[in-house]
Amino acid sequence: MKVLVPVKRVIDYNVKVRVKADGSGVDLANVKMSMNPFDEIAVEEAIRMKEKGAVEEVIAVSIGVKQAQETLRTALAMGADRAILVVAADDVHQDIEPLAVAKILKAVAEAEGVGMVLCGKQAIDNDMNATGQMLAALLGWSQATFASKIEIEGEEAKVTREVDGGLQTIKVKMPAIVSVDLRLNEPRYASLPNIMKAKKKPLDEKTPADFGVDVTPRLSVVKTTEPEARKAGVMVGSVDELIAKLKDEAGVI
Amino acid sequence: MHFGLSDEQEMIVSTVRDFVEREIYPHEAEVERTGAVPPDLAAGIKRKVIDLGFYACNFPESVGGAGLSHLDFALVERELGRGSMALTHFFGRPQNILMACTGDQIERYLLPAVRGERMDALAMTEPGAGSDVRGMSCSAVREGGDWVLNGTKHFISGADHADFVIVFVATGVDDTPHGPKKRITCFLVDRGTPGFTIRPGYRSVSHRGYANCILDFDGCRLPDAQVLGEVDGGFAVMNEWLYATRITVATMAVGRARRVFDMALAHAAERKQFGQQIGKFQGVGFQIADMVTEIDAADWLTLAAAWRLDQGLPANREIASAKLYASEMLARVTDRALQIFGGMGLMDDLPIERFWRDARVERIWDGTSEIQRHIIARDLLRPLGA
Ligand SMILES: Cc1cc2nc3c(=O)[nH]c(=O)nc-3n(C[C@H](O)[C@H](O)[C@H](O)COP(=O)(O)OP(=O)(O)OC[C@H]3O[C@@H](n4cnc5c(N)ncnc54)[C@H](O)[C@@H]3O)c2cc1C
Ligand SMILES: Cc1cc2nc3c(=O)[nH]c(=O)nc-3n(C[C@H](O)[C@H](O)[C@H](O)COP(=O)(O)OP(=O)(O)OC[C@H]3O[C@@H](n4cnc5c(N)ncnc54)[C@H](O)[C@@H]3O)c2cc1C
Repeated sequence: MKVLVPVKRVIDYNVKVRVKADGSGVDLANVKMSMNPFDEIAVEEAIRMKEKGAVEEVIAVSIGVKQAQETLRTALAMGADRAILVVAADDVHQDIEPLAVAKILKAVAEAEGVGMVLCGKQAIDNDMNATGQMLAALLGWSQATFASKIEIEGEEAKVTREVDGGLQTIKVKMPAIVSVDLRLNEPRYASLPNIMKAKKKPLDEKTPADFGVDVTPRLSVVKTTEPEARKAGVMVGSVDELIAKLKDEAGVI
Repeated sequence: MHFGLSDEQEMIVSTVRDFVEREIYPHEAEVERTGAVPPDLAAGIKRKVIDLGFYACNFPESVGGAGLSHLDFALVERELGRGSMALTHFFGRPQNILMACTGDQIERYLLPAVRGERMDALAMTEPGAGSDVRGMSCSAVREGGDWVLNGTKHFISGADHADFVIVFVATGVDDTPHGPKKRITCFLVDRGTPGFTIRPGYRSVSHRGYANCILDFDGCRLPDAQVLGEVDGGFAVMNEWLYATRITVATMAVGRARRVFDMALAHAAERKQFGQQIGKFQGVGFQIADMVTEIDAADWLTLAAAWRLDQGLPANREIASAKLYASEMLARVTDRALQIFGGMGLMDDLPIERFWRDARVERIWDGTSEIQRHIIARDLLRPLGA
């Protein structure tokens, strides 16, 4: 089985995000970009499946600006076998919307004949949490979201999902889309030999037109603002005082 | 000219950075407090680095290393410089002088060192011979076909963890027009060799947990097979292999300076006094400006020196300039950072005072600032007959 892993280039999770002066979005000029952390978990899972013999080939795909090539090289250095870059934007500030991404992924998944798509549950930039679900609908495949454990059992996959209040285990028919959550695994570091090998692994470049997909935005951003600064807390002198405040002032107990 | 990093280099940098942030930073405070690295932790770091293929990455692929260029290796060390030296010691980078191993020595020392099975330390300095290496009094004399070593080495880093030591001793004196000159020979000495003891050295303010040791040779008998390089050829191996180690000091200084700088920058943007962020006061803002300018200068100076080595260009002067400037830059940057943190900068609740203390040794080891200046001046003036 081949597995497709979409990886998105996003602002690094350590970077302190700044909103552009005109409020049109987040300032991405000269900031450190990295692979979306959830996608890293998906890459790791796919590689582990390959190491266990459940998967023959891991294909990483990224849709966005040309620089997403670096993100793909990281996936290759971690152990993905090859990569596909779909150059869909020139400006780093142009985000490709989930529906367009899902349409491109559908075309790639079909062209490559993959048996599974492993994706991050959401990208940490826009937090849409939509692409995997849309892709499942477009392909008509089963889907399992927020996976914290994945076991492939023949024609089925057993997936443990992180849901409100606990864990839910479901079985889905293959082929399937699985979106991964934080606790699924801890991604490895790229090894030095794999870093050196990454350059030699195939990286194909495509455009949305190759798949007949129009990536023109359908949504418009009205305004972007910084979250309100957290208000300073208060120190309480005793547990009694805390309880009194929770009762009388906060009204939560 | 091209100043960017390749994709591979970017990945090397980000992998080592992640490693240092995730595997080294969390343990720094403990090492600082106890002055020691717990053996399990050391072994764990080493294991991970071996698995990642980064162990001994400064060695050629032909002996099991990663064959990194001087420049790529400098990028690795720059990231390692961010972390505690006591801990990054186990991100093993054996002395490349081991490439001088021949015959049996390859199986006994070189390959096990590259595989991370045996750790090394390098001993030149003596209580009576620091900058003046040739002034050493540790000696080896011929006795019944063997060599017998006597004398004391001190300040030997990492000897506490070393399975063997690379030691330079005097093996004779030549009379030259400039007066008597000692002949030096390099030996490989296993821990546990009769007549050889490793004992704890001094407590240093810099790099707690990265111990320096005192080595005593008291009638330590060694066969010819322990000679590294040629008999009386100690300076030749030293010059061929130890020449580049000053780049390590420079790159690590740059890495550490960037870490400290980021903290100072964040503090200047956050700390408010007199109703505004202190970074808005020109007195603080200009410190920030000078710090980053000097860090960048040291960075490029160092990378350029490493690049020259890769090109096979003469680099002695450039390496000396990089070591000199980067180590002195680090002293200024850590001092300014501490100043920006005010009183809290001195307290061991924050790591700033540690960086400030650690910086001090960089101007001393691997050739003091004065010796680097001497090298630079001599390199330029000697051809002019001065
Ligand atoms: C923590 C630590 C770890 C070390 N690890 C090792 C190690 O692993 N292996 C090893 O072999 N050595 C090691 N060293 C030794 C280090 O290389 C020496 O400390 C260094 O070379 C200086 O020698 P010294 O301390 O004897 O000072 P000295 O040589 O006595 O110098 C004293 C002062 O005189 C100045 N001076 C000396 N000669 C001249 C000159 N010609 N012109 C102008 N000024 C001069 C020096 O610059 C210095 O300011 C270590 C040192 C320290 C502090
Ligand atoms: C060991 C120790 C003992 C002490 N003992 C006492 C004591 O007994 N009693 C007591 O009351 N206090 C004491 N102090 C506090 C000491 O006086 C303060 O640390 C000092 O005034 C600096 O304040 P700060 O540390 O909050 O730094 P900050 O005021 O936060 O300063 C941070 C940095 O910003 C700079 N800065 C601030 N304002 C400006 C400006 N307008 N223009 C340019 N630069 C600016 C500062 O120079 C500094 O570099 C002690 C401090 C220490 C470290």
